[in-house]
Amino acid sequence: MTRKPYVRPMQGWWRRDPFFVRYMVREVTALGVLAYAIVLAVGLVRLAQGEAAWNGWLQTLRSPASLVLHAVLLVSMFVHAKSWFEIMPKTMPMILPSGQHIAPATITRSGWAATVAASIVLFALAWWWRR
Amino acid sequence: MSDSSRTIELEVLRYRPEQEDAPVWQRYTVPYTDDMSVLQALQYIKDELDGTLSFRWSCRMAICGSCGMMVDGKPHLSCQTFLRDLLPGPVRVEALAHFPIERDLVVSVDGFVKKLESIKPYLIPKEPRTLAQGEYRQTPEQLAQIEQFSSCINCMLCYSACPQFGLNPDFTGPGVIALLHRYNADSRDGGRAQRMEVLNAEEGVWSCTAVGYCSEVCPKHVDPANAVNQNKVNSAKDYFLRFLSPKGAT
Amino acid sequence: MKRSNAPIFWLLFGAGGMLSALLGTMLVFITGLAVPLGWPLPADLMSYPRMLAFAQHWLGKGFLFVVVMLFAWHGVHRIFHSLHDIGLPTNAAAKVACYGTALLLTVIAAIALLSIGF
Repeated sequence: MTRKPYVRPMQGWWRRDPFFVRYMVREVTALGVLAYAIVLAVGLVRLAQGEAAWNGWLQTLRSPASLVLHAVLLVSMFVHAKSWFEIMPKTMPMILPSGQHIAPATITRSGWAATVAASIVLFALAWWWRR
Repeated sequence: MSDSSRTIELEVLRYRPEQEDAPVWQRYTVPYTDDMSVLQALQYIKDELDGTLSFRWSCRMAICGSCGMMVDGKPHLSCQTFLRDLLPGPVRVEALAHFPIERDLVVSVDGFVKKLESIKPYLIPKEPRTLAQGEYRQTPEQLAQIEQFSSCINCMLCYSACPQFGLNPDFTGPGVIALLHRYNADSRDGGRAQRMEVLNAEEGVWSCTAVGYCSEVCPKHVDPANAVNQNKVNSAKDYFLRFLSPKGAT
Repeated sequence: MKRSNAPIFWLLFGAGGMLSALLGTMLVFITGLAVPLGWPLPADLMSYPRMLAFAQHWLGKGFLFVVVMLFAWHGVHRIFHSLHDIGLPTNAAAKVACYGTALLLTVIAAIALLSIGF
């Protein structure tokens, strides 16, 4: 009997299951993180070019296009954070030397707690600096 | 109330290499009772409707790992998947995704078996041991480190869930890496260094992008995603610390 | 089996992912929405004298560099793997395009921050 194994194509694999769609949404947030890095880098260049250039950049940041972009980036960063902490438990040992298991939700919640704390600190620093 | 008149439809992806070049869907009508599994439906088809239908099965109780297949697009053990949860049908049954189909619901497992062999899935003593030294002693805490990962029944549902394996069949994959971890984490084992080569390769842990679906579908709650991604840290440590110790970091 | 060099990029990816998860949302809010709109932070919070002082201080300089660098390396690593996921070629050219972008951003940020002075 001859074997003639049939290999099924992988095209469109990520559309076949909601789990994979959510995975792709998670991966797409990388574009947002990179985009923000580019925005910051441009800002640094403008800062290095002097006051006139920097003020021009501030004008650009106030434009509707920039505000819309940053609103999108805001959502993207949030989705990134959410999906990052959801997968974070998988990246660490979840069985203590005592044999006790750590629940994934515990790790996810601690990630969120750290984010809330860091965000508050960041905002507080900016608020304090405005004087 | 009698169930004798109730039926359910199954759509099964058939493939007979001697008579066709590509798989075709075939529909069957099967009598339904609310305690029936998909496996029982397939057995009814084979016994009563179409003896040519080929599929693997053995224990009927979710421990042998033979009956893995796609049911309505998701990897399942057919003996543990019930028609009552799939009403009203039709129920789509297909061979495990990401594997070549040999015939009907039977997939090629050669690659998987080779990968199992490649990770040295047995205890390698830390130092030579005589019978006079007696048995290995292991505390409940030490056993707890490995018990979850030792539950794997080699059913390959995790490979069906893993798109990285689907895209690259050379990826060692979730189940085998979970088994590798089971041995590395065993207090009785001293073979970690010998297994690092598998982990460190691109086809080892580094093909994983933490999709996590493998752990979702595992019928034994092994959590292979955890085994693979934990070992990214171990592999990275080995990568950077290998120059510090003559035998490597591990 | 050949040893992969993935750990280098994976560590950068992980560090960038953690940093952007912890700070990304608030940073985007502050720099892209709050200050340009003048609420709830004043519009002059990012004025030239203030930003210059921030970027000239070693802490501010270091913070800005680390953020740009890690966010860039995180983004490109994931984008490179996503190319593979959607079936696009992941040859040497794709690697250079992706990781080269991060390298370019790193160098640009370094040069800009150094030329701003101390």
